[in-house]
Amino acid sequence: MSIDKFVTLESSCVPLPIENVDTDQIIPARFLKATTREGFGDNLFCDWRYDKNGNPKPDFVLNNPVYSGQILVAGKNFGSGSSREHAAWAIHGYGFKAVVSSFFADIFKNNSLNNGILPVQVTDGFLAQVFDAINENPKVLVKVDLENQTISVPAKGISEKFDINPYKKKCLINGYDDIDYLISISENIKAWEAKAEK
Amino acid sequence: MAGKTLFDKIWEKHVVANVEGGPSVLYIDRHLIHEVTSPQAFGGLKARGIKVRRPDKTIATPDHNIPTMDQHLPIHDELSRFQVNKLKENCEENGVLMYGLNHPYNGIVHVIGPELGITQPGMTIVCGDSHTSTHGAFGSIAFGIGTSEVEMVLATQCLMQSRPKTMRINVEGALQKGVTSKDIVLYIISQISTGGGTGYFVEFAGSAIRSLSMEARMTICNMSIEMGARGGMIAPDEITFEYVKGREFAPKGEAWEKAVAEWRKLPSDADAKFDKELHFKAEDIEPMITYGTNPGMGIGISGKIPSLNEVEAASVNTFKKSLDYMGYQPGDAMVGKPVDYVFVGSCTNGRIEDLRAFAAFIKGKKKADNVTAWIVPGSKQVERQALAEGIKEILEAAGFELRQPGCSACLAMNDDKIPEGKYAVATSNRNFEGRQGPGARTMLASPLTAAAAAITGVISDPRTFLS
Ligand code: SF4
Repeated sequence: MSIDKFVTLESSCVPLPIENVDTDQIIPARFLKATTREGFGDNLFCDWRYDKNGNPKPDFVLNNPVYSGQILVAGKNFGSGSSREHAAWAIHGYGFKAVVSSFFADIFKNNSLNNGILPVQVTDGFLAQVFDAINENPKVLVKVDLENQTISVPAKGISEKFDINPYKKKCLINGYDDIDYLISISENIKAWEAKAEK
Repeated sequence: MAGKTLFDKIWEKHVVANVEGGPSVLYIDRHLIHEVTSPQAFGGLKARGIKVRRPDKTIATPDHNIPTMDQHLPIHDELSRFQVNKLKENCEENGVLMYGLNHPYNGIVHVIGPELGITQPGMTIVCGDSHTSTHGAFGSIAFGIGTSEVEMVLATQCLMQSRPKTMRINVEGALQKGVTSKDIVLYIISQISTGGGTGYFVEFAGSAIRSLSMEARMTICNMSIEMGARGGMIAPDEITFEYVKGREFAPKGEAWEKAVAEWRKLPSDADAKFDKELHFKAEDIEPMITYGTNPGMGIGISGKIPSLNEVEAASVNTFKKSLDYMGYQPGDAMVGKPVDYVFVGSCTNGRIEDLRAFAAFIKGKKKADNVTAWIVPGSKQVERQALAEGIKEILEAAGFELRQPGCSACLAMNDDKIPEGKYAVATSNRNFEGRQGPGARTMLASPLTAAAAAITGVISDPRTFLS
């Protein structure tokens, strides 16, 4: 198996200036009865996106045609709470390739990376500037360059470096997955077991 | 050379390899699985044409998605039934031990691990569920993982993990009457926020922690994820050994003596260095209650919801959205607010000690008429114990009923949903919007505070009932 490759991305953004967005909001528990990875995108942010009768709520950003793009920009502490990878599947399924925030919850970060979604952690100040830029022009392009680990808003002349684990970076650029790697070192694992279990 | 922390000692013992510039390959001693986060992982194994590498280190239980009434009948919800059956199929195909519905050992994964002695000091334990941190109470490295990682562990018994930083949270002193370990952890989260532990593995220490029972310690480690931590842990001691001894999977005879001797070496060395250290005083802690939509939005029960000028400017909008959802105003007192539902259960407070505390509190009193109460044991064993100890009768005499084990209204995947707009005092761990059902409003609290709400029908300070 492999994940989507990620090199650079230039796209308009969908802004979600709310803090502490937890995975229960990203995908509510009642959608977790599935046994495959497909189809979660339709229920991304379901309870914010649709009313009780399943009609789109006009004031939620995903229902606002002004905003579109492959980058989700969200408030601080995104993806907290439940470890459900379904949250990453929903974001991926909807078509996002990167999420920008000033803080990510640990498990969500891993889950994103394991699904080829790049979590871009920026400073609070830069995040505020990105929200401002989108406010001014909803079509403003944001550029994420994984090779150079930079995120920029070319139209505003602002850019910032972001951190990523070098191994994870390599995986994303090449579309590798951890399991392939671990299987490739199974001899080491066996040797470790033999030592530990004797 | 500086000494080692409890975390360092276990971690270093489990590193199989280090990837250059990247994470470590960590060996996993116990892998717990359940029906919700495993089917796609088994699907992945199939697609790769491989089987579970170490079924002997893997244990399964359905818990998230099961009814808590009439468990002897087939599950009526089609998707739930399919998912639970899928777990059974996958386990059978791979030779994995599963404690299915109605098995005497069935229950919430984080309740059965400890009570069966599957959880032991010094181990690495993972599960596709964030509250795996519960098992850290035994002095193990235990944390939640996503489904891709479940697949990774099924396939290789290893996990790629970056080493987290370490934090020690010290709680010293004696707790006031009516204050429980749930209040300790809600208090800490309210002080450091839901992101305060992100990037860290937390060791809880100090005299207030050491004096706690294993059940109470589990409650604290359980909610370490609610402060954003990768996991929580407590050094093993005599209380730990006493708890583990004699349990189904615990080492026996000579092996037991050997194990305990090893476990005694685990606690952090006196000169160990942590990346961060925090200190709290037990006597500062009141019974806690949450008023908002994340577990960090908690206050002492006699306190008031913060007013707008007490909230950081950047967070005002999020704060307002949260109070709107709850139907509360800034500056409101919590005591006296109406309650429609009381939920006692979950891997946070669904253990026998929690049911005992609740039952002792309500004994001889009556459930308030306006309250619907769901008392859900964390496992079959807890259920049996509650029957044996007469807890069921006490509950029934006061107008409560004991349901059957499962995650239940903690995440409301089954029928146990709090209706839209209703207020629930819950002993579980998350008060997110819609967590207990679309539109449900959750206040997190201890079993004692839940009991006080259940008999008065409003938010009440449990201390006023304790002489
Ligand atoms: S009781 Fe709640 S928190 Fe615990 S495992 Fe079940 S759903 Fe998760």
